[in-house]
Amino acid sequence: MGKYLAKRLLLMIPLLLGITIITFSVIHLAPGSPTDLVTDLNPQAGAEARERLIAYYGLDKPLHVQYVNWLKRLATLDFGQSFQPDGKPVIEKIKERIPITIEINVLSMIVIISIAIPLGVISAVKKDSFLDKGTTVFVFVGFATPTFWLALLCMILFGVKLGWLPISGINSLDYDRLSLFGKIVDRGRHLIMPVILGAFGGLAGLSRYMRSNMLEVVRQEYIQTARAKGISEKRVIFKHAMRNALLPVITILGLSVPTLIGGSVIFETIFAIPGMGRLFYQGVMSRDYPVVLGILFIGAVLTLIGNLLADVGYALADPRIREGEG
Amino acid sequence: MRRSLLLSDFFRRFTRNRLALSGLVIILFFFFLSLFAGYISPHDPNEFDVRSIFSPPSRGHLMGTDELGRDVLSRMIYGARISLKVGFVAVGIAVLIGTCIGLSAGYFGGIIDTLLMRFVDIMLCFPAFFLILAVIAFLEPSIWNIMIVIGLTGWMGVARLVRAETLSLKSRDYVQAAKALGESDLKIMFRHILPNTLAPILVAATLGVAGAILTESALSFLGIGVQPPTPSWGNILTAGKDNIEFAWWLSLFPGLAILVTVLGYNLLGEGIRDSIDPRLK
Amino acid sequence: MKGNRGRRLSLFILFLAVVLATGCGDRSEKKSAVPPKDVVDIAVGDGGKAPYYGDAIVIGSIGDISGLIPNITSDSASRDIGDFIYDGLVRYDKNLEIEGVLAESWEIKEGGLKIVFHLRKDVKWHDGEPFTSKDVLFTYKFMIDPRTPTAYAESFLQVKNAYAPDPYTFIVEYEKPYAPALGSWGLYILPEHRLRDTEDPIKSEQNRNPVGTGAYKFVEWKPAERVVLESNHDYFLGRPYINRIIYRIIPDQATMFLELKAGGVDFMGLTPPQFRRQTEIAEFNKNFNKFRYISFSYTYLGYNLKNPLFKDKRVRQALSHALNRMDIVQGVLLGLGVEATTPYKPDTWVHNPGVRKFEYDPEKAKKLLADAGWKDSDGNGILDKDGREFSFTIMTNHGNEARSKTATLIKSYFEKIGVSVKIRIVEWAAFINEFIDKKNFEAVILGWGTGPEPDQYNIWHSSKTGEKELNFISYANPEVDELLEKGRRTFDKEKRRGYYWRLQEILAEEQPYNFLYVGESLPAVHRRFRNIEPAPAGITYNFIEWYVPESEIRYTKF
Repeated sequence: MGKYLAKRLLLMIPLLLGITIITFSVIHLAPGSPTDLVTDLNPQAGAEARERLIAYYGLDKPLHVQYVNWLKRLATLDFGQSFQPDGKPVIEKIKERIPITIEINVLSMIVIISIAIPLGVISAVKKDSFLDKGTTVFVFVGFATPTFWLALLCMILFGVKLGWLPISGINSLDYDRLSLFGKIVDRGRHLIMPVILGAFGGLAGLSRYMRSNMLEVVRQEYIQTARAKGISEKRVIFKHAMRNALLPVITILGLSVPTLIGGSVIFETIFAIPGMGRLFYQGVMSRDYPVVLGILFIGAVLTLIGNLLADVGYALADPRIREGEG
Repeated sequence: MRRSLLLSDFFRRFTRNRLALSGLVIILFFFFLSLFAGYISPHDPNEFDVRSIFSPPSRGHLMGTDELGRDVLSRMIYGARISLKVGFVAVGIAVLIGTCIGLSAGYFGGIIDTLLMRFVDIMLCFPAFFLILAVIAFLEPSIWNIMIVIGLTGWMGVARLVRAETLSLKSRDYVQAAKALGESDLKIMFRHILPNTLAPILVAATLGVAGAILTESALSFLGIGVQPPTPSWGNILTAGKDNIEFAWWLSLFPGLAILVTVLGYNLLGEGIRDSIDPRLK
Repeated sequence: MKGNRGRRLSLFILFLAVVLATGCGDRSEKKSAVPPKDVVDIAVGDGGKAPYYGDAIVIGSIGDISGLIPNITSDSASRDIGDFIYDGLVRYDKNLEIEGVLAESWEIKEGGLKIVFHLRKDVKWHDGEPFTSKDVLFTYKFMIDPRTPTAYAESFLQVKNAYAPDPYTFIVEYEKPYAPALGSWGLYILPEHRLRDTEDPIKSEQNRNPVGTGAYKFVEWKPAERVVLESNHDYFLGRPYINRIIYRIIPDQATMFLELKAGGVDFMGLTPPQFRRQTEIAEFNKNFNKFRYISFSYTYLGYNLKNPLFKDKRVRQALSHALNRMDIVQGVLLGLGVEATTPYKPDTWVHNPGVRKFEYDPEKAKKLLADAGWKDSDGNGILDKDGREFSFTIMTNHGNEARSKTATLIKSYFEKIGVSVKIRIVEWAAFINEFIDKKNFEAVILGWGTGPEPDQYNIWHSSKTGEKELNFISYANPEVDELLEKGRRTFDKEKRRGYYWRLQEILAEEQPYNFLYVGESLPAVHRRFRNIEPAPAGITYNFIEWYVPESEIRYTKF
């Protein structure tokens, strides 16, 4: 296992380098110099700020030198300073915003897993039944609805008409004065809508994937053998088939991380959640290059970590990888 | 001979799949709508009338009017054209890039394969929507930029699919035979291998169109989608969202149109997949 | 956000308006100096529900603040918050007359070349330090320091000399008479003891955790989420009744309105469709008071006068005749606004009601264009002259729905007279940097914030056409230059009126801008808040006197 893990980690290095190259090229894609913005908005502080930025990014040096310098800074998680009037270091801004985004995405992931897997299994077992078709259509409708529209409809229903759930934000005004239990309940009530709506995107794909995996596995010889041995159908499905069908799902989960993170822009805007997605959008709209690059990089790294976790999970679950190829 | 048999098999299975068929019908419906938009639409989609702003559906305006008194039905019909165009062109670009990369990686193998597939892995690490946002905001949200960027960030799935297919086809007898006969690599790739990867490409493309339509609506929500006054379903819906409670027609119709179309493409894609590989059905 | 939809409008207006040599002249909505005694009288008339110290108000804002030293920020949200935390020496009262705040009184000497401010002696900073003239002097020096990244320095660069002879006297001297001088001292005064050793004010503690003299003290700022303020019990104009202000940042307009209806927000600005169509129901009016009043701003279509297309006055007049402004006000604002004819707010003393008006008359427009040589010689529906077609791009900034709707309508109107138009919507930063500052545009739809001070030197004077200056349309007229100069050097109101009336006549005749409309502010406030009295300055000028009767308090914990 250790050997496998080491190999996996080594493989990450070229990926990480590739991520930095693509991120770096984004800044050179945009028209104009990245220093224009700051200096132009503050005419009084112009020349000095411009020089500082040119020095920071080494914009007077050849590209490959700029890249290497930037890489060195990146290694210490130094993304530079935001171009916004608050001038905060980018890493500080990301630190402020990232916890809530991760919280929501992890919760969404849990919701996806806990709904999609049973749904997939059931529709595979009861293939072509009304239930199978019904769930197919249901998950597809959820997936096909523009999320911001669905979100607004839910807000009107649960927030305004029924008054069951808070409409936006992540906690109530008196959150700081609540007991620990009160805090958890309050946060939970605020996050129900964004988490469930966020899960819809992944639900369709994963439940369909689970379904076809199940169908595939069920036809395998060892399952047929198990059946022939007279093991109960329930046991066959849940003990033998499901375990094997679950394996590839782990990989898919790792791959769905970037989709979830990407979707956070929309959710965080509509639900007024102070997360990283909104920070990214604001950065993009105000051409705050350091923030944009920082988040692109962090987002990609998060995905990389997600994939690594998925691979490790896979290895743990499947002894062939652990021992064989290692 | 063998292929036509498979095709007829495919059609037999496909026509039995009611969900997939309904998907196809939906798609064809909107396709014709956008093709004949000029003939069908009852009004000029850009003709405003400030005296009938936000009028509910009536005989004169079957889907009501919008925030400038324009006929929503006409805008929906023209919007279909834009939304489908975004979907098709974006996916066209994605399929083109994905197929070329997948074919080369699978066929040549070795270092080329490793390099190309690492590139795919890297691209897959980026949240595509972040890349799209960054690029569109830095450039300009014209319809062409939107289509190109969605395409440029959506080809990785196709590349992986095509590579996998290519790997398994490469060792087939007829490919080996062609090689032995000294046919050029390009010819083998495009003449012998590509046609056999078309089915999974078609599935991926169908699902891709659905995704592109949703992406366009998300961009519209953020205000960087197709620019006014050109109607797209995404920007009609976005204009409708601010008045969702009283001008329900302004969000309901585009919302449903997107939902139904995306659903249609997904069902069709799934249907094609099932019909190609009947074991999973 | 978008988000941000309405945010950009006010951001733009404020960013540029305040540069208008009016200093902080647009601080029209401000706390009043009326002592709380009066409130009791009003409250008695209010069913005996006496004013009560308590409750919190939740204000909805589309955009986050960018910092807490409003002297160096340019977005409206930061200035709204700054207004509660800081004070100026003077301010405009509810009738837009100048009154003292930190300055108890002042003397204008030497024909206006010298102002002596006598400061209040009972003012303390929120951290307990006494407020003195060294704070004022420090703020002045801060504003003119070239290292200070502020857009509001212009008025203070006019000062020849400023000094503080004793802790409660502050004196400024001007080279030439400068009419906007007094109003410019509405500038927020900053605490010297917190900022004197700071290298970079942007990164200072004061910009994150400010100390002011104002009616409310800073509590916390959770980025992109909320800003919380609590009432200053020792405020020198009286303790505010409402204990807390919670500024909630909600980037989507639709979400914010749902929050308002569900009780999550108490106070927000409505959009015209919300005002007209979604709040005309009993249930809404049971819970909310709506207000409407003409705002200090106007929207215009500005032409790049360096472009040969727009050089001819007849062409610009034709384009003005081609628009049905009534329909634009109806279509974009649902009638909640008025047509603009000059750059001044219609109900102010400086506004000239008698200028030339451009009624909707497409035939006249076509004729004027024909006189200027524009004819459709190839029959393609688009006018041409010397082989060049009359087509151009109208640009506006992203996130402002009213402006993009306006662009859509203008495009249709212009196409009716054979002028082809493209619309391009660009996000704010790029819009200013790459297009406005570099004069790289054909026509733009933008707005100016105006204020009680009529000096518009920076917008119209031919010397202000340099890069990053405000006369970006490159307008030049010697008579206008002279009027602007006289206007800002004269203290006599009647004489000033004369200059500015003539200025408006010329602008109306020449149409360097196609003046479009003046919108209305449309705030909605929860009904439990009492003592809100609309005045020319808006509604928040007497915020410290707003209160909630004890029986209706919602947030008892604060």
